[in-house]
Amino acid sequence: MILRSNLVLSAAILTTVAVCAVAAPLVTWHGPTDGNLMFAGEPPSRQFWFGTDALGRDIFSRIMFGARISLMIGLAVQMMNTVIGVCLGLTAGYFGGWWDEVVQGLTNVMLSIPTVVFALALMTILGPGIPSLLIALGMTDWAYSCRISRAQILSLKSQNYIQAAQTLGYGRTHILLRELLPNIAGPLIVVATMGVGSAIMSEASLSFLGLGVVPPAPSWGAMLSSAREQMMVAPWIAIFPGLALFVTVLAFNLFGDGLRDMLDPTSSARGR
Amino acid sequence: MLKVILRRLFQSLVTVSVVVTLIFVLFSVIPGSFATSRISEKRVVDVKVLERIEAELHLKDPLAQRFGNYIRGLAHGDLGNSFVTKRPVAAMLSDRIVASFRLAVAAIGFAVLVGLPLGFIAAVRQGTWIDTTAMVAAVSGLSVPGFWFGLLMMFLFSLKLGWLPTFGYGKGDLVHLILPALTLGVAPMALLARTTRAAVLETLNADFIRTARSKGMGEGRIVFRHLARNAFVLVLTTIGLQFGSMLGGSVVVEKLFAWPGVGSLLVESVSVRDIPAVQGCILVIVLFFLIVNTLVDVAYMAIDPRIRFQ
Repeated sequence: MILRSNLVLSAAILTTVAVCAVAAPLVTWHGPTDGNLMFAGEPPSRQFWFGTDALGRDIFSRIMFGARISLMIGLAVQMMNTVIGVCLGLTAGYFGGWWDEVVQGLTNVMLSIPTVVFALALMTILGPGIPSLLIALGMTDWAYSCRISRAQILSLKSQNYIQAAQTLGYGRTHILLRELLPNIAGPLIVVATMGVGSAIMSEASLSFLGLGVVPPAPSWGAMLSSAREQMMVAPWIAIFPGLALFVTVLAFNLFGDGLRDMLDPTSSARGR
Repeated sequence: MLKVILRRLFQSLVTVSVVVTLIFVLFSVIPGSFATSRISEKRVVDVKVLERIEAELHLKDPLAQRFGNYIRGLAHGDLGNSFVTKRPVAAMLSDRIVASFRLAVAAIGFAVLVGLPLGFIAAVRQGTWIDTTAMVAAVSGLSVPGFWFGLLMMFLFSLKLGWLPTFGYGKGDLVHLILPALTLGVAPMALLARTTRAAVLETLNADFIRTARSKGMGEGRIVFRHLARNAFVLVLTTIGLQFGSMLGGSVVVEKLFAWPGVGSLLVESVSVRDIPAVQGCILVIVLFFLIVNTLVDVAYMAIDPRIRFQ
């Protein structure tokens, strides 16, 4: 019962975030980058719902427009990671041999370097900005989906319907994409859903460190990086962007949890 | 058992070599060097000076030769000299490692002290409000951005209540350690609570627990002698993985609290393209991860004979 309501609640939050992102220009009346020093550091009011930052920019508007950046980067990054991970995992599990060894070694390497650290190193080379962020994060966090798909393939490979397909003379591509992939989609969707949340968090971390989204573009992480100095006089600068980030990541995690319990009822007795 | 340990060590060695090569190659193909980034800052203008700097830092040597030198240095524990401070990177790191290690130990300590009992109680009281509250807390702890959580605690405990210092290392005293450790420990704590709950629930349904109950064994004895010991094997992996990735995970927290650790050195070095320092930091982070994980695997075999004989 609780699980089902989690799924509904998180779906509702995610829909709201998506609507905010799409309709940002319609629901805000100050531009996200329009500063006015006359209104610098204003507390939340009827005119500025979430207050203004040190440059007098409307925090509500920046959060709405920030949802675009977060969602876009989160989804795109996770899509890249899933494609890379699944391609490697599928082929490694199916073909085995030296290729499997190589992929496993590579996965171990990727797992031993924390995503943010690796992305940080890549950002040094690529320079800050959204395209670099996509590359840096999209190429570094695929180890988990690779492991999952490999493990699934290993257990499915010897099943009758795969052997039947082989006997019928279907090509490798057909077997991999039409027979195996649909059967491992469930666990992959769960991993990918949670991955969107962690990709959003990684983007925010890098932007917080000043190596992600370039100012003045509104990114939740970047908004927080300037907040420490103003914490005493204007705490709302820190509170609202962080809250947006927290609620969005939480919703992705809850949604992933809910999906897993729905797709695999045996797991609901175990950890949520 | 020795064979397994040796195999693990060999695997780790391979991983380290690949990481070293990868990081070296990545930074060698950067268009523009440390010297040119200095020029764009108007720090160096003369072409002759630029050439001299590049010669000094061996930036114009062939790639293979530089890689050879780097590896030779590594084998002797020499990580090169920082481009910025000119100090040996190994010396710079050795100060930082202590600070980072203290932070990591404090954070994992907090995670274990809170997460383990939380997950345990949630599992034993499955389905009650205690369970629900604990798991809501856990999923929130997993989703909360560390730097935001840290900011909020800074606001509450330092600025409003004035109990703790806002940031910095102080003289290495414990008061400075509390907020960063809590911030860094909250996600591992949440994950640990979830894993412990799952592990205990799984063990609760095991046959030997039913046997123990039907023998009339006391509930306390069942929980501590049978349940805890068996569930612990699963929990230990999580602790190990979390502790191992803590040096990397602390980058953001260290930056927020101006903690003089490896993570903040990494961020500082990345922003000035101090490549030897960046390479050194990543190497330390990866080595720490691999060492901790190898130790966990060994501990595993010591605790659970089933793994030893597989």
